[in-house]
Amino acid sequence: MLQKKSTEILVGLFVALGIGALFMLAMKVSNLADFSDERGYQVTAQFQNIGGLKVRSPVTMAGVRVGRVAAIELDPVTYSAKVTINMHPQFDNIPADTSASIFTAGLLGEQYISLDAGADDFYLRDGDELMLTQSALVLEQVIGQFLYSVAEGN
Amino acid sequence: MIGFIRSLGRWGLGALERLGRGHVFLMHTLAGLPGLFLRPALVIQQLFSLGVLSVAIVLISGLFVGMVLGLQGYNTLVDFGAEESLGVLVSLSLVRELGPVVTALLFAGRAGSALTAEVGLMKSTEQLSGMEMMAVDPIRRVIAPRFLAGFISMPLLAAMFSAIGVIGAFIVGHGLLGIDEGAFWSQMQTKTDWYGDVMNGVIKSIVFGFVVTWIALYEGYDATPTSEGVGRATTRTVVHSAFAILGLDFVLTALMFGDI
Repeated sequence: MLQKKSTEILVGLFVALGIGALFMLAMKVSNLADFSDERGYQVTAQFQNIGGLKVRSPVTMAGVRVGRVAAIELDPVTYSAKVTINMHPQFDNIPADTSASIFTAGLLGEQYISLDAGADDFYLRDGDELMLTQSALVLEQVIGQFLYSVAEGN
Repeated sequence: MIGFIRSLGRWGLGALERLGRGHVFLMHTLAGLPGLFLRPALVIQQLFSLGVLSVAIVLISGLFVGMVLGLQGYNTLVDFGAEESLGVLVSLSLVRELGPVVTALLFAGRAGSALTAEVGLMKSTEQLSGMEMMAVDPIRRVIAPRFLAGFISMPLLAAMFSAIGVIGAFIVGHGLLGIDEGAFWSQMQTKTDWYGDVMNGVIKSIVFGFVVTWIALYEGYDATPTSEGVGRATTRTVVHSAFAILGLDFVLTALMFGDI
């Protein structure tokens, strides 16, 4: 009986250890702990070129993350990219004339959307569109322009 | 010439027959699973011998795999000035690949071979037929609890392996090589996705646990009832499990991470 009891205790410890390891993977290793898909409000923005922006890319304001990219689709009329941003509900006082730009984190890092606060008295609400946008910098284009201007200068 | 073709045919038919018997065996085992809810003690006993006794080897291997990853990754990343990304490198390789695969290989060696030897010996000493004589279904009484226990243990062991591996890499990276603690964890957390990376690793480990336990039990149940037969069956368990794990790993990776 004692033998059986200690077996059960050890099995219980084993299961607890395994679940604890999963919990550590969730909280310490992966991004489950920070706010991820909490339902906020959605705004859209049209970009000429989104470069390497992906769904779930971060959206930041002054470097602080305020949301994530929820969807990217091609507008069939203007042939520009329509990006849907899922804003965290906590940030509900962002001016309506805020502008959005696509930047790259580091030299070769991933791309993200940076929001620049405007001065409007009205705040962004669900379904609004960000009018002022700046496309991603495509390295090849920049190099092309640079080479062109160098050639012009000579 | 005809003899060669004939032996080839015999080999093919034999392989097909074994495969078929293996699936019939699996169906019988799965049918025996619901009955285990009435007798959880059987499963707990097997969880002890398959799971608890494998913890030590899994934790020690995981710690050293993580430490080696930390050391090797640091030496490569430092050339690019990206040693802060060590956390990402370690967590993604452990959670996606090494955790499930290495744990499954260890599990096949440590627990799978023991299962085959145990069941094979039960068969060769006619304990299984003895049970049948007493109207006890050996599949329900012997095989099903072991199957369920293996199926439960594998994901838990794989999670332990990944977690201890990350800790090992942290010990080497932070303690020995002086990587900043904050950068190590924060980079890891931003790049490792719970659903895309951790959960897919868990799915892999569940599939591996299923396959390894199935192979081990079937080889034992189907072993030639001699001491030589049991020995061969044990070898086959380890070899076939390794093939199945690595082959399935490619298929699962292609399905879950690749855009194939």
